Order: sequence, then C-alpha cells, then structure tokens
Amino acid sequence: MSSTETKVPSHQRRNRQRSDAPFFFVMGGISATFITLIVLLLVADLRFTSLSDFHAALVKPEIQAAMRLTIASCTVAAILSLWVAVPLGYLLSRYRFPLRWLIDTIVDIPIVLPPLVLGLSLLILFHQKIGDWQLESFLGDLGFSVTYRWPAVVLAQFSVACAFAVRTMRVTFDQIDPRTEDVARTLGCTRGQAFMNVTLPQARRGMIAATTIAWARSLGEFGPILVFAGATRMRTEVLSTTVFLELSVGELDSAVAVSLLMVAMAIVVLLILRLLGTGLNT
Amino acid sequence: MIELKNVAITAGGFQLERIELTVPTGAYAVLMGRTGRGKTTLLEAICGLRKISSGQILIDGTDVTSWAPGDREVGYVPQDLALFPTLNVAEHLAFALKLRRWGVKQINDRIEELATVLGIESLLNRGVANLSGGESQRVALGRALSFRPTVLLLDEPLSALDETTRGEIQTLLLRLKQSVTILHVTHNREEAMVLGDHHFRLDDGRLIEAVLEH
Repeated sequence: MSSTETKVPSHQRRNRQRSDAPFFFVMGGISATFITLIVLLLVADLRFTSLSDFHAALVKPEIQAAMRLTIASCTVAAILSLWVAVPLGYLLSRYRFPLRWLIDTIVDIPIVLPPLVLGLSLLILFHQKIGDWQLESFLGDLGFSVTYRWPAVVLAQFSVACAFAVRTMRVTFDQIDPRTEDVARTLGCTRGQAFMNVTLPQARRGMIAATTIAWARSLGEFGPILVFAGATRMRTEVLSTTVFLELSVGELDSAVAVSLLMVAMAIVVLLILRLLGTGLNT
Repeated sequence: MIELKNVAITAGGFQLERIELTVPTGAYAVLMGRTGRGKTTLLEAICGLRKISSGQILIDGTDVTSWAPGDREVGYVPQDLALFPTLNVAEHLAFALKLRRWGVKQINDRIEELATVLGIESLLNRGVANLSGGESQRVALGRALSFRPTVLLLDEPLSALDETTRGEIQTLLLRLKQSVTILHVTHNREEAMVLGDHHFRLDDGRLIEAVLEH
C-alpha cells in the first residue's frame, strides 16, 4: 500500500489536499448579503419601536378594526382562492386542451401586473357601462355593493392570491401519479369519484400550502385595495393600508408597530408552510 | 372470456392494427413482445382506460367497447402498481367494495378471505409506503381481485421482484388459475412458459399466437 502511495505524482497529491473552504466561503458570503439585509430591516424596525409604542398602536380602535378586517378578508380570499385553484390547477396539470397555453398565461397575469393597474382594472370593470347596464349598479340593486366596501377588499386580495394558489395546486397535482386515478376508475370509480377519493386526499398538503400562500399574499396586498376599496378608516382599512394611513398623518411609531405586527403574522404563516414540509416551489 | 375483434389503436408513436385475441374463460394467457410495442396500451384498452380507433372488445360475450372502465368489471394491476398512498392495506382491499355498497360484514369477510389467500394478514393496518416489493404486489393483486372480477389484467407483475419473491408471487398466480380469466404481460419467456396456457406475441403492431417450446 505504501509503495502505491509513493508512486502518486506530487501534483495529484496536492489536488487531494484541496480544501472546500473557499467554495463555501464564496457561496455563503454571497448568500449572507441577502439574509443580512432582511435581518437588518427587522432589527431596525424593532429598534425604532418600543413595547409602549406597540401597545399604544394596538389599542387604537381603528387599528383593531383593521386587524379584524385583515384576518377576515385574508381568510375569505384564501378560501375562495383554494376553491378555484383546485379545479383549475388540476385541469392545467392533467389535460392538454385547446388554448391551454392561453389560460396558463392568463392565470399568471395578476402575478406580473403592477398592483395599481390591477386595482384600476377592477374599478373600471365594476363601473364600465354597457348600454345602460353597469355591474356595480346591478350588484347595488341586489343589495350587494362592492366598490369601496369590504367585498372590494376581498376581491382585490383574491385577484392576486388566487394566481399563486393555482400555481401551487398545479405543482401539487403534477407530483401526484395519475395512474392511481386510472386504477381507481377500473375499480368502479367515475372520474369525479376517482378525483375525490384518490387524488384529493393526496393533495391535502398542497391544499394547505395553497391556502397559506394565498392568505400570506392577501395580507401583503396594498395597491389594488387602495384603488378599488379605498382606505376608509373603520370600513375598508386593512393592516397594509393602516401603515400607509399612519405614515400619511405622520404617525411613524404606529406605522412601524403595525408593520411589525404584519411581519409577525407573515412569519407565523411561513412557519406553518415550512412545518408542513410540502417541498413545493412556487 | 376476453375477445378482441379487429381492434385498432393509435397511441403515441405506434399503431396497433387488426388485433384479434380470444382468451377462453378461466384460461391464463400470456402476452409477450419487446418494449414499446403496445402491450400496456392493449391492456389499457381492454380495461377501458384507452379508447380504440375501431373494432370491438368483448368481456364474457358482452360488447364493452363503449363502456366506462368502472363498468367493465375487469381487475387491473399496472406495472407500477399505483397503490393509493393515503390508504392502508385493508382500505385498499375494501376500496372497490365500498363503491359497490357492500355491507360492512361482507367487506370485512372479503378482506379476511383475501388477506388469507394473499398472505397479508399481518399487514392490514399498515400504510403502503413502507411495504416491500412483494408485499406491494400482493396488495395490488388483492385490490384488483376484491370485487371478484371475471377478468384480471396483469402488466409485468413479476418484473421488479427479487428471485425469492418472484417465486412466491408466481405460485400465488398459479393458485388463481381457473378462478379468473387472466391476461398477463411479460418479457420473461420462462415466466410465460410456467404460467401461461395460451401465449401471444405483439410485434410490428400485430398480435400473433406464439408457440413456446421447452
């Protein structure tokens, strides 16, 4: 054995002694810049505010109302998103049909569209007149006005969140073996039964992930809400608009406190997502 | 009995034409042929998962060509088994029976009977994720046989098993002979000779009866 070692040329021995440290140093160093930025942002926010500021902000009735509306609207938007994302994600994942590429592109539009444009488009949709008919008036006659009311908040959040939920569900269904559905059909299932009894139970984690992502996206939504629902205190104000409103009246301490509250809510949602360990890249 | 009359199937890059096949009731037929020649496609057509371009498929004398897979009463074990990851072994055996609204006692009796025949009594409450290849194969067989189909289609059921397990499953399949009409797809000539009463070969898009000599 020792005789073999002595025959190894010296330049090959040097290769064996090469360390991986520079590789990890460079990769880790580049990665650390982004992590450091995020941590510094949070630390700066934390240093800026105090517990008393935080408490003072949270006891304000308008902020409490905003918190209630945020939790309610995000939850409704997330449930609606899942309701649409399951069938749409399934169809996009499983079938090749005419104009599928177009539907796929349309689903992505809310993701790439500037938020204000989305809000403006919603506003135009509800107020455009087709002859004498107008969607907002029609809904108003039915006793369900949308614009500048809480339904507008939900719709604005849903418009963006749903796109992310569809993407998540599509990846989920991509990962489920379609053969299980085929076998279920030979055992006596209709397509619907095969979907409900075999595929949907396998998609459970993806559904939780889609709901969580939709909820988190709804929480961060601001532009479309501002344009379509307005930022009326105690009526259409959610936490993202609270930050804007507090800033606009010079209440920086309150704005930072509410921002930190949103950070905490986002972290809880992201932790749930990680704990579920879905492994989905959305 | 399985009968294919002048069946044509176009799928992917190949075409099956003028397929004529008769497997008598209670017979064990083996279908051989090289990879990618359409053996699996033919099984999928018989159990209704793939549409045929023309021809007729008859099960026990009834034309089922336009029937949905679930109405054909054909047991199917695909090559990858396609077990349901969220169900345990007993739930696999009960799956088709619940769809047919069997009573609880009937279902439990059938599960017990199948588990004894397949030698999986100790696995009934286990999930399928951690089963061995042989155990998974038995569960897939049990699931396909649970509703007492008259026809059983097996797609390379022994190909992924080690020597010992292969022998065990082969013995199990021999025990099933007579009780159900079987069409078994394989590459393995030895397996075909041991199990099959009738042998067919699929080549160049056509099905021919094969004669295997020992």
